[in-house]
Amino acid sequence: MKNVIGREVPEYIEGIGKTDMFIGAWEKLKKGWMDEPTIPPPNKAKTPHLSKICTNLEEAIKKTSPKDGMTVSFHHHLRNGDDILVRSIEILANMGIKNITLASSSLNEVHNPILKYLKDGTITKIWSSGIRGDIGKAISEGVLNIPVIIHSHGGRVRAIHTGKINLDLAIVAASAADEEGNATGSHGKSAFGSLGYASIDMRYSKQVIVITDTMVEYPCIPISITQNFVDYVVKVDSIGDASKIATGSTRITKSPMDLRIAKIAADVIEHSGLFVPGFSFQVGAGGASLAVAKFIREKMIKSKIKGSFILGGVTSYVVDMLNEGLFNAIFDVQSFDAAVSSSLMENSNHIEIPAALYANPYNCGCMTNKLDIVVLGALEIDLDFNVNVITGSDGTIRGASGGHSDTASGANLTVVVCPSFRGRLPIVKKSIHTVVTPGETVDVLVTERGICVNPLKPELEENLRNAGLNVRKIEDLQEEVEAIVGKAKEVEYTDKIVGIIEYRDGTIIDVIRQVKHNG
Amino acid sequence: MLYIPGNNPAMLQQGGVYGADSLLLDLEDAVALNQKDAARILVRNMLKSINFYTTEVCVRVNHLDTPFGLEDLEEIVPLQPDAIRYPKTETVEELAKLIQIIEAIEDKHNLPHDKMTIHAMIETALGVQNVFEIAKFSKRVDAITIGGQDLTADMNIKSTKEGSGIDLARKMIVMAAKANKIDAIDTVFVDVNDEEGLRIDTEYAKQIGFSGKAVINPRQIDIIHDVYMPTEEEIRKAYRIVLEFKKNKKAGIGVFAIDGKMIDAPIMTRATQVLELANIDFNSI
Repeated sequence: MKNVIGREVPEYIEGIGKTDMFIGAWEKLKKGWMDEPTIPPPNKAKTPHLSKICTNLEEAIKKTSPKDGMTVSFHHHLRNGDDILVRSIEILANMGIKNITLASSSLNEVHNPILKYLKDGTITKIWSSGIRGDIGKAISEGVLNIPVIIHSHGGRVRAIHTGKINLDLAIVAASAADEEGNATGSHGKSAFGSLGYASIDMRYSKQVIVITDTMVEYPCIPISITQNFVDYVVKVDSIGDASKIATGSTRITKSPMDLRIAKIAADVIEHSGLFVPGFSFQVGAGGASLAVAKFIREKMIKSKIKGSFILGGVTSYVVDMLNEGLFNAIFDVQSFDAAVSSSLMENSNHIEIPAALYANPYNCGCMTNKLDIVVLGALEIDLDFNVNVITGSDGTIRGASGGHSDTASGANLTVVVCPSFRGRLPIVKKSIHTVVTPGETVDVLVTERGICVNPLKPELEENLRNAGLNVRKIEDLQEEVEAIVGKAKEVEYTDKIVGIIEYRDGTIIDVIRQVKHNG
Repeated sequence: MLYIPGNNPAMLQQGGVYGADSLLLDLEDAVALNQKDAARILVRNMLKSINFYTTEVCVRVNHLDTPFGLEDLEEIVPLQPDAIRYPKTETVEELAKLIQIIEAIEDKHNLPHDKMTIHAMIETALGVQNVFEIAKFSKRVDAITIGGQDLTADMNIKSTKEGSGIDLARKMIVMAAKANKIDAIDTVFVDVNDEEGLRIDTEYAKQIGFSGKAVINPRQIDIIHDVYMPTEEEIRKAYRIVLEFKKNKKAGIGVFAIDGKMIDAPIMTRATQVLELANIDFNSI
């Protein structure tokens, strides 16, 4: 059947069960409490002065008594330098464990080596906010029998504390830890910043292993992961490729196109009516998105406007904005570059937050709810402003839901920035492969060829038109793009569902079907 | 004025989106000798099919002394871009020859002679010496531009960031253009990563009278606009001058004072130019 945004989603999905259909971005939250119960966190005990230290990861994993059908979790704060996920899965596979549910907060190219364990039945189910690389391609081609479930960052927290994801083992990589398992990502040779996504795993997983390449004297400060939740601690030589974990500062793009789009987006923000003292702000680390911060910074200085807080994935660029006094605080769930780490350590107004506080819809108000302006990217956007950030032009999984739908839902002004086409691929389209973020939560699209305002926001459109900005109908833009790049050949799918897009409230907003092999 | 190599389809296709006032689709120095045909065909097709929005479009053809100049004109003139930019203009004689060829092509295609204009590019010492005559020669010439790199080579001097060696040439070109009431467009600033250097160079160009500047990277456009756009304070001041001028004019007073400073016709002219740059209609005041 078709859900409220017209996506064809079956009422029953093999391997998942009956579908809880998406009913609108805020409908399910309106009554103020949720019918789904919260599962109790595990009750654990340790006798005094018992050592948690294990000599290697294998020993620690064996101590947790892994079993077939278990769920094992990881965070993706190590970015594309992570070595822990692959090593852990290899150990479990060598032990002959089968039917593992993998619940990593995201999967990147660095995790490609686990593909063989999807093929041999070691891993049979995946929950993740994003899947890139070979795994995404293989899943799209049908390597797993059970569809993967793509959640948002906030949705992952909700899924864990309502027991939809039932964690047996959490393996938490940290850049520094002590013998009791107090741990952080903010210092050590592999410092990566915030450990925001691991917080919920620590509380709800039946067993928790902290693994680090920098053991420090007790206590490890600041404490992101606290000892009372940690079963075992492992010191290893390396948690991954330090050059890819401890990345330097993220630079503002030099791409003229991204800069052009970013400049228009900054003009949109300036004239939106929300660029006022005390505004809160979030931008991504991607080309045009981060570049918006550069232009907003210039406008803030020029107009003498001081903002309230910066939220989200944090780059060194926005840390500089905090240090310049342009904002009061940064709430950091994920650090996009390691240059942020020292600020987390030294600046008391740069605060690490757990994903629950960041974006979980099932509580009394996550921080995305307090957000004024967010700038987001898109792989595709349709005429209803629905956004795809998960599947590429060939229909295969290659992106991440991340905090996209969380922040779009919360912000007063959601700005999507993207080129109207990339190479020969249209981005603004009549219909898109997959919907991750519903159009009702997207206010304005900014492209190099004009600004399209969601008709749900007439006052915003009026403000932008009055400022002399190039506002046009999204239908006109789509037609122009089609005239330039031509009509793309439709991707062919089979009926098999390989992925489910869970909206942040747990309802199903869309599904991903298996891509038909050519030849 | 944004330079786009004529053999780069991706850049040509996106030419209209960067906010440049005009585009210069280049068939000359930006295109390698073995790419000349391909560039000419590509630019011709792009002119036919791509929407450059409100951006003015010029095409820089090859000089008629090269094997490519005539073919360039034969392909491009019938499409009537806003202007043809002619490189290494040195004498009025070669300008006469160029115009004669252009008009013959226009006649062949039943096109008017007064639509497409010509930008004469001064890139040699001889061209600089003759620039006043060149600027004066034909109504079709509506802008003089300077090619700093070639001029430096022709003068056999070292290219410097400050461009001191071509300073006299820049000023002579501006003077010739102003004397003939046409535009003067400054040369490019080649270090695309030196934003501060570009700003200083553009401020100087503005100060000595250039009406615009060529760029080789879209990232340079905003800085040039920023320099050329009047500040809020300048706009307010100009607005007040025009307002007071209109009031005094009604009362039959030609010269008056604002805050103790004399306002007369030249200052009034300058004020209207500021408002024009800021897109404010004189008649609305």
